[in-house]
Amino acid sequence: MSVITLTLNGELVSARTGQSLLEAIRDQGVKLPTLCHLDGLSTRGGCRLCLVEIGGSPRLLPACTTEAVEGMVVVTHNDKINHYRKLILELTFAERNHTCAVCVSNEHCELQALAAELGMDHVRYDYLDPDLGMDTSHEKFGVDHNRCILCLRCVRVCDEVEGAHTWDVRGRGILSQVITDLNRPWGESETCTECGKCVEICPTGALFDQGASVGEMKKDARFLRRILDGREKRQWQR
Amino acid sequence: MNPTELHERAEQERRRQRNLRLRLFLCYSTPCLSAGADRVKAVLDEEIAACNTDAQIDLEVVETGCMGLCSRGPLLRIVQADGSEKIFENVTPESAPSILDACLSNTEPTKVAQLSPDLAFFTQQTRIALENNGWIDPEKIEHSLARGAYGALAQALHDMTPEEVCNEITRSGLRGRGGGGYPTGVKWELVRKAPGERKFVVANGDEGDPGAYMDRSLMESDPHRVLEGMAIAGYAVGAEQGYIYVRGEYPLVAARLAKAIKAAEKSGLLGSRVLDSGFNFRIDLRVGGGAFVCGEETALMTSIMGRRGQPVPRPPYPAQSGLWGCPTLINNVETFANIAPIVKNGAAWYAGFGTEKSKGTKVFALCGEVVNSGLIEVEMGISLRRIVFDIGGGLPDGGRFKAAQTGGPSGGCIPAEHLDTPVDYESLKDLGSMMGSGGLIVMNETSCMPDVAKFFMEFCMDESCGKCVPCRAGTVEMHRLLTRITDGSAVPEDLQTLEELCRLVQETSLCGLGMTAPNPVLNTLLYFRNEYLAHVDERNCPAGNCTLDRIPLYKLPEHVDRLAILKERS
Ligand SMILES: Cc1cc2nc3c(=O)[nH]c(=O)nc-3n(C[C@H](O)[C@H](O)[C@H](O)COP(=O)(O)O)c2cc1C
Ligand code: SF4
Ligand code: SF4
Ligand code: SF4
Ligand code: FES
Ligand code: FES
Repeated sequence: MSVITLTLNGELVSARTGQSLLEAIRDQGVKLPTLCHLDGLSTRGGCRLCLVEIGGSPRLLPACTTEAVEGMVVVTHNDKINHYRKLILELTFAERNHTCAVCVSNEHCELQALAAELGMDHVRYDYLDPDLGMDTSHEKFGVDHNRCILCLRCVRVCDEVEGAHTWDVRGRGILSQVITDLNRPWGESETCTECGKCVEICPTGALFDQGASVGEMKKDARFLRRILDGREKRQWQR
Repeated sequence: MNPTELHERAEQERRRQRNLRLRLFLCYSTPCLSAGADRVKAVLDEEIAACNTDAQIDLEVVETGCMGLCSRGPLLRIVQADGSEKIFENVTPESAPSILDACLSNTEPTKVAQLSPDLAFFTQQTRIALENNGWIDPEKIEHSLARGAYGALAQALHDMTPEEVCNEITRSGLRGRGGGGYPTGVKWELVRKAPGERKFVVANGDEGDPGAYMDRSLMESDPHRVLEGMAIAGYAVGAEQGYIYVRGEYPLVAARLAKAIKAAEKSGLLGSRVLDSGFNFRIDLRVGGGAFVCGEETALMTSIMGRRGQPVPRPPYPAQSGLWGCPTLINNVETFANIAPIVKNGAAWYAGFGTEKSKGTKVFALCGEVVNSGLIEVEMGISLRRIVFDIGGGLPDGGRFKAAQTGGPSGGCIPAEHLDTPVDYESLKDLGSMMGSGGLIVMNETSCMPDVAKFFMEFCMDESCGKCVPCRAGTVEMHRLLTRITDGSAVPEDLQTLEELCRLVQETSLCGLGMTAPNPVLNTLLYFRNEYLAHVDERNCPAGNCTLDRIPLYKLPEHVDRLAILKERS
C-alpha cells in the first residue's frame, strides 16, 4: 500500500493511495460534517456538507466522493465554507418539518447535532411546511417523511448490505420521497426482511421503531462497520 | 459496400435527380407540419396524379427537414431542371395547385407569397451543420448519399489513422455545441488515449432547454450526418459501440433515427466491417423519459445504463470512466454534425470560419419578438445585432429591443447596449450569459426581467433531480423569493437573501443544473437591477407586467425604528 502526501489546512500529512479525501481528513483527526455519507455504504455526494476547497479546482468538491491524490492542497474550514455549510443546513431544515421538541429522535439526531455543532441557530428561508404523511403500516417500524432529509442511507443499506432493495425513491426535485416496494405500504412489503438496518442508520427521526415516543429513538450507525468487518475481514466484535 | 460502390451509388442518385424536370421540396419538419404541410402534400399528390403521366415521371415531391424560416411555413421550394429555384411561404392546400401549375408552365404564379432568395435571412447564414436540411428526404438514404454522406467516414477509415482524425478535429478548433464549449479534439484524444478494452461513443440528443429545437431539427432533417459523425468518432477513439440518446418528447426523431440506422446497416455503412474496412461500429438508440437533467452527461449515462437518471459527481470524467466504467466519449449531436465536413474539407477550412477561440458556426433557434423566427446557422463572431435585425428582420410592430436571452435556464439576458458583442463562447460568458445549446429569445419592452428570471427558476425547480440539497431546496427558495418580488410582497432584505442564495447554489450544487440555475437571476440583477428595486421599493413593475397586488408580511423599517428608539432610551 503506497503512501501519498497532502497538504491539509496548511500542514503536510500522509494518506493511503485510493483513500477518499474524507477518510484521509478524518484519519488526521480533523472534524468534517457529513450526513449522506456512511462508512460502509457507497458514496453519494448529496448533502454537500463535506465540501472542501482543493487547490487548482475552481469549485468546492465533496470530500466523500473525491479521491485523495498526491500533492493535493486541501482546506476544510474557512469563513466561506463554514458559512455555506450553515446555509445548507438551513435549507435542509426549511425543506421539511423539523419540530424537534416532539420528535422521536430529539437529542439523538445527527441533523440536530450538526446544527448545534455548526452554530446554525436560525433559518433565514421560508419553511416549506410540506404536508407529508407517515407510514406506520409495518409491524415493527414506521417512517415519517416529514423528518426525512433524503440522504438515501436507507436505500443504500437495504440494497447494498441487506440485499433486499425494499427502499427506493419516487418523484424528483423537492417532490422526491423515499418509498418501499414500488410505493406500497411498508407493512405490505414482500421484500422487507425486517432486519431494521435502515432504521438504525437513518440519521434523523424519519425511520423509527413502532412505539417509540419523544426522544426515545437512539440509533447507532456504527453497527454497520461491525457487520461489514465481520463479513469482509472475519473480525467479529461487539 | 466499399468506397467505390459508395461513390457510384451517390452518382447514380445524382444522375436520377438531374433528369427530373421539377423537384418540389416541401418542408415536412414539425413546425411546418403543424402549420399544415401534410395537407399541402395531399393536394400536391392529387394534382400530380391528375396531370399526364409524363409529368408524374418528371416530378418529385421531396418531404424535407426544416428549411429554417419556420414562422412562415409551410415552405415549398421548387427547383427547375436548369437549377433556378423559387421559395414559397405560407403555402396552403388552396394555393398549392396554382403554384404547381405556374411552375409547370414556367410562368409567375400570382397571389401567392414568394420569398426572395436574397432575403437576409438566407444570405447572412453560414450553413455547415445544416447544409443538407431542406434538400433531402431524411428517410431516404439515397438522398443523403447523393449529397456526400459517409464519404468522410470512408476517407477517415481508409486514408487516416485514428490519431490523425483526432488531430484534425483538434486543429479545426471545434468546440462542444452542448453548451460548455469544451474543445472536441482534446476530448477525443483523451478517450483515445484512455486505457480500456471497451470504449463507447454517446451522442447527446436530449435537448431540454425551453424554446430550443436545434438538435431536434438536425436529427429530424439529416440523421445520417449525426450517425456518420459518431462512426468517425468511434474509429478515432477506438469504440465499437455508440448510443444516441433522444428525449422521449421527440418521437419523430426517434423513428427517423431508427430508420436511418437500419438503412445504414443494410448498406454496410454501420455494423461489422464498415465500408469494407476492419472497423466495426454499432449504434443503438436510447429514448429518454422526459427529464431535463438527463441531458447532463453523467445523468444521461446513468439513464442509458437503465438506472434513475441522476448525475454523479465528476471527476472521474466520462473520458476516464463513463458507461459501465469504460472510457466514454460524449458529445452533443450538433458537435457530431460538424465532424464529416471537417474531415472532408480539412481542419484549416473549418478554422477559417469564426473567431480566434470560437471556430465554425453555431445553430440557434431564434424566437420571441422577431419578425423571422426559426432555425439559423451563423458564423461564430457574428454580432447579436445582425442576428436580431438582419436575419431576424427586427422586432415586429415597431417594438423596441430590450434584451436577448441566450443559454436557456443556464444563461442570461443580454441588454441592448451589448448588441454589438460578437456571439462566441467567451464574449457571452463575459456578459454573464452563455452560448448554451442555442436558444435565442428576443424580448421587447414588455418583458419584465424579474419575471423572466422567475420563469427560468421555476423550470430549474421543476427539473431539479433532487439529489443534492442546494439545488433541491435552494431552487424552491429562490423561486419563492422571486415570486415575492413579482407579486409585491418582498422586503428589501429579500434581495440580499436571494443574492446570497444564488451564490450558494452556484458554488455548492452537484451538477451543472444547480450550478447554473442562479445565472438568469444574477445576470438580470447585473443589468436590470433597477427593475428589481422598482418592484421592491416602489411596488412598481416598469414593464407593466406584474400585478404586485400582495403586501409584505412585515415591514422591517418600522421594527428597526422601534428597536432604535429602545436603544436610545437605554
Ligand atoms: C442540466 C444540464 C442539461 C444538459 N442538457 C444537454 C442537452 O440537452 N444536450 C447536450 O448536448 N448537452 C447537454 N448538457 C451538456 C452535457 O452535460 C455535456 O457537456 C455535453 O453533452 C457534451 O457535449 P459537447 O462537448 O459536444 O458539448 C447539459 C448539461 C447540464 C448540466
Ligand atoms: S429529525 Fe432531527 S432535526 Fe428533525 S425534528 Fe427530529 S430531532 Fe429535530
Ligand atoms: S428515511 Fe432516513 S435514511 Fe432514508 S433517506 Fe430519509 S433520512 Fe435518509
Ligand atoms: S444540482 Fe440539481 S439536478 Fe444536479 S444533482 Fe443536484 S439536485 Fe440534481
Ligand atoms: S457527506 Fe459528502 S456530500 Fe454528503
Ligand atoms: S419546419 Fe419548415 S421551415 Fe422549419
